[in-house]
Amino acid sequence: MKFLPLIIANLFRKKIRTALTVGSFAVSLFLFGLLAIVRGAFSQGVDVAGADRLVVINKVSLIQPLPLSYRDRLLRMSGIKLVTYDNWFGGVYQDEKNFFPQFAVDLEHQRAMYPEFKVPEEQWQAFAGDREGAIAGQSLADRFGWKVGDRIPIKGTIYTGAWEFNLRGIYQGTRAQDDTTQFWFHWDFLDERRAFGKGDVGWYVVRVTNPDLSVQVAKTIDAEFANSPFETKTDTEKAFAASFVKQMGNIELLILTVGGVVFFTLLLVTGNTMAIAVRERVGELAVLKALGFSNRFVLLLVMMESLTVAFIGGALGLLLAKLFSLHGDPTRGILPYFYLPPLAIVTGVAAALLVGVAAGILPAVSAMRLRVVDAIRRV
Amino acid sequence: MVRVDGSGSSASLVHVRGLDKTYTRGGEVIHVLQGLNLDVDSGDFVAFMGPSGSGKTTLLNLLGGLDVPSAGTISVAGDEITHMSASKLTAWRARHVGFIFQMYNLIPVLTAFQNVELPLLLTKLSKSERRQHVETALQVVGLADRMRHFPRQLSGGQEQRVAIARAIVSDPTFLLCDEPTGDLDRKAADEIMDLVGRLVQEFGKTVLMVTHDPAVAQRAQVTLRLEKGSLVGALEGASHT
Repeated sequence: MKFLPLIIANLFRKKIRTALTVGSFAVSLFLFGLLAIVRGAFSQGVDVAGADRLVVINKVSLIQPLPLSYRDRLLRMSGIKLVTYDNWFGGVYQDEKNFFPQFAVDLEHQRAMYPEFKVPEEQWQAFAGDREGAIAGQSLADRFGWKVGDRIPIKGTIYTGAWEFNLRGIYQGTRAQDDTTQFWFHWDFLDERRAFGKGDVGWYVVRVTNPDLSVQVAKTIDAEFANSPFETKTDTEKAFAASFVKQMGNIELLILTVGGVVFFTLLLVTGNTMAIAVRERVGELAVLKALGFSNRFVLLLVMMESLTVAFIGGALGLLLAKLFSLHGDPTRGILPYFYLPPLAIVTGVAAALLVGVAAGILPAVSAMRLRVVDAIRRV
Repeated sequence: MVRVDGSGSSASLVHVRGLDKTYTRGGEVIHVLQGLNLDVDSGDFVAFMGPSGSGKTTLLNLLGGLDVPSAGTISVAGDEITHMSASKLTAWRARHVGFIFQMYNLIPVLTAFQNVELPLLLTKLSKSERRQHVETALQVVGLADRMRHFPRQLSGGQEQRVAIARAIVSDPTFLLCDEPTGDLDRKAADEIMDLVGRLVQEFGKTVLMVTHDPAVAQRAQVTLRLEKGSLVGALEGASHT
């Protein structure tokens, strides 16, 4: 601690240069934070997927329906303890840019299947008792300023016509990364009003009795419906979510590439700055050595300066990214999981410190190897 | 008592025997110091004079453990420093040597107080003990009222006095001064030399000083001339004869 004033004084020697270097770290780590958020947005569905849930879709494609009659057949199969079903609605609220996912849900089993979503009991009962009732996630309600009791008009695009719903409840996620941008309404209401596809569901979600047997149960389900007009393709919820991510391209590679380029550039900028900072202070470092400060101390002094800049800049950038994420999804629905996870923050700080070490090590070693006699002669 | 003929005893504070220093530049071997002997007792004030390139600063660097000789031995207060490892030599310097440079070499981003405190950061003194030592050193050099000033806010003479306070704050065995007045006007130079003289007379410090200025050398008890790498004679300083 007694050497802290020396480190701080050196950092404030060239205030603008230090501010710019800290700024470089801050901007880079802010970008890193955003990339982590985007990566999370694409993969969060995979991360939060229930380990004991399977998704059963039509083998041809997700947009092909399955008959409602499969529900009872699924329930009769061993290893399955709960079945529910959903339909994608795909309506437009006021304007096409106001995208959010709407699902016609199986009222009876929705809560049991998704315990991570919480709805106050009285709101759920009000929803259950109103055929035109709907429930919205907290983020969605906040986005449009909805409150319980509001009438929500939605223009159908698949199931055409004007649809109106009464908002009876608002659900919350139990985890920060849970998606609270969904809109649920009665599957019965959809089935009653739609002009085609009556008695069809979009997909089934199945809870297995033993998650270790998920793969086996999935195979059994697909075998059960093989060679029928509606063959199925069953995956774990995690694999199902991952297949969506894959459709968007190799997000992971893209993020790693962009992140890598940013950090490499940062390394060059910071390394150059530290090298200049050391070159300017050759005489002073030599005097410290003449006074009895060891080579190791000089090495650590330069390294500490580099690490301090890296840490402050990195922490600042990640803090800004976190604050930015708290405002919610700026794309209004494309990235529903707009959340900077703690692991990304820790990784970001570690990456910043790593760049700090890499940028500082060469100047620090050259400072350590400095011969006092030569350096003082240069002053 | 200062001797250059090798007749001094090993009990001298500074005891140098057969000191050689050679450099190789462009394939040419340059003998900077050759077979130099020197004995300096505690409380002596010695000036080294000589033309440029005669080896004055090299000798000072060797005595201060900043450089290693090509041959010969240097003992200071019983410690043979010529064979010490680099880390031991660093620790030895912190304990025994106070450096005063021509260009002051203060750290510009630290205040006078912080500059003087630097050598004490290497000791186990508490913060309050360090403060006490620093204030005393700055009082000795007459700058107690400037301790919060940065070097850029001080005159050249004041900067050098801060450097002197830094050199004496840890109470080293001896002071090595390399052209301490070389960058000062006559008045400031006289003030600095008055201060160095006080350190010798009042505080019993041992001072070894390199200078080009005969007037400054006169302040020393003994002036030694270095020519072609050898100490060729001793002159008694005018102020002490």
